[in-house]
Amino acid sequence: MSSTSPNLVALYTVARRELVRIMRIWTQTLIPPVITMTLYFIIFGKLIGSRIGKIDGVPYMQYIVPGLVMMSIINNSYMNISSSFYGAKFQRSVEEMLVAPMSNWAILSGYVIGAVLRGLVVGLLVLLVALFFTSLQVAHPLVALAAVLLGAVIFALAGFINAVFASKFDDIALVPTFVITPLTYLGGVFYSINMLGEPWRAISHANPILYMVNAFRHGILGISDVSVGGAFVVMLVFIAGLTMAALYLLRRGVGLRS
Amino acid sequence: MSVPHNDSPPALVVDNLRKVYRNGVEALKGVSLTVQQGDFFALLGPNGAGKSTLIGILSSLVNASSGDALVFGRSVMRERSAAMQLIGLVPQEINFNQFEKPFDICVNEAGFYGIPRKLAAERAEKYLKELRLWDKAFHQAREMSGGMKRRLMIARAMMNEPRLLILDEPTAGVDIEIRRSMWHFVSAINAAGTTVILTTHYLEEAESLCRNIAIIDHGTIIENTSMKRLLATLDVETFVLDLAEPAAGELPSVAGIALRRVDERTLEAEMARKQDLNTLFGALTGHGITVHSMRTKTNRLEELFVRLVEGKREKAA
Repeated sequence: MSSTSPNLVALYTVARRELVRIMRIWTQTLIPPVITMTLYFIIFGKLIGSRIGKIDGVPYMQYIVPGLVMMSIINNSYMNISSSFYGAKFQRSVEEMLVAPMSNWAILSGYVIGAVLRGLVVGLLVLLVALFFTSLQVAHPLVALAAVLLGAVIFALAGFINAVFASKFDDIALVPTFVITPLTYLGGVFYSINMLGEPWRAISHANPILYMVNAFRHGILGISDVSVGGAFVVMLVFIAGLTMAALYLLRRGVGLRS
Repeated sequence: MSVPHNDSPPALVVDNLRKVYRNGVEALKGVSLTVQQGDFFALLGPNGAGKSTLIGILSSLVNASSGDALVFGRSVMRERSAAMQLIGLVPQEINFNQFEKPFDICVNEAGFYGIPRKLAAERAEKYLKELRLWDKAFHQAREMSGGMKRRLMIARAMMNEPRLLILDEPTAGVDIEIRRSMWHFVSAINAAGTTVILTTHYLEEAESLCRNIAIIDHGTIIENTSMKRLLATLDVETFVLDLAEPAAGELPSVAGIALRRVDERTLEAEMARKQDLNTLFGALTGHGITVHSMRTKTNRLEELFVRLVEGKREKAA
């Protein structure tokens, strides 16, 4: 055996398997979100956006690009891990990992890496589609990259926790339908929260997606409704909390061990 | 995760293991047993006896309520990673991703045990070939037959070259030819030094393969001994005699042997194991009856198994 840590080999194996799965069913994992976002660009950006004009000095079409890219990253990270891990539970193939000597963090990291990769690939494809509708100059590349990475990790972790608790396929559709989609639409993807009156503007600050969208928008367009430093603090706090929760669930074997 | 070989401890020590599920069902009521290194050990019991719970605890899929299990001296509860490194598990249910290819399933399994990809690929080829699955190695697993899927789970369990191989009904629903090839493979693995624990409902399988046996019922071990010693406790045996010619007349009467006619060409003789067969054959020859062939009516272990389980239930009643 080589000197590579066995847990790193195990982590690499999980992540690689996830990537192979994503590519094997690319017509289900990569194409549909790109088509959906293209429709958003056409309807909201071109047709409606041309009548809206500018927000924060930026044409509406350009304004919604970061939000839509972040929205696709969030959704795809979440859906990838929740469907893949629940699928492994459903088929009982998760037992392959549970009976192996690999650590819980290796299982979690492998799945998170797979989900983040899918989120980033979809995000990149959506960004490329956006370039057919508008021009973009990335204002702060590192901020943009950090924002999408942290956003993808947050929703990958949340999707993992959802899959751990899920006992049927319907359970992994509940959270995206009733939590993520409303939070995304209300998280400043299509508008600036400065357009809202009180108390709605203040309430919007409780929405974690607001910070992700605005951190990314700052990275791409250089504008944001919230403090960018504060947005990164919020995202890091979410990552820490969700990681601890996911590892705790794995250690206790919730939904996995009898 | 690499574990130094220590030849002194038994392959498995189960110490007063209890499991009470959340619904209040007590699946194991203080099970204790020892499996020595190199043994081929049968763990038998009726459905719902607690076999799968015990195997679940040994493979860390089920959390024990109390007690401990040591695999080559490593506690499954306290040193899970070290203990799991030594175990290979062939579960009762198909539990691989049927959309993956057998080669990938095996290589990934090795990866979960920290085995580098190059070595994993070599082992996958070796075991898939030994289990006659190489021609299916790069097709989706769902295209394989039930027997092939069972053999794939054995190949997968061998990827970490375990010192303790646990087979939970590995031949269920498999035709006799494939079953025999699986017996041959597992026997060779055992002969090479791997300790094997087998659960099965095919008792002739356990009788022909295993040296030691434990029978579990209602969460307790009701018998734990060597196969030879257990079979020796069976005092009565029934033989089926196929006759060369129809036996039309009266059957001979032989002291200690209950002889009855099944049809005109078949007789059954129930007799004590200590009684010699020559007496029977002498009496039959004296009546002009020629025996063409002979076989035992039931599998000996099956007979004992039923007696033990039923006997325990009668006592409980």
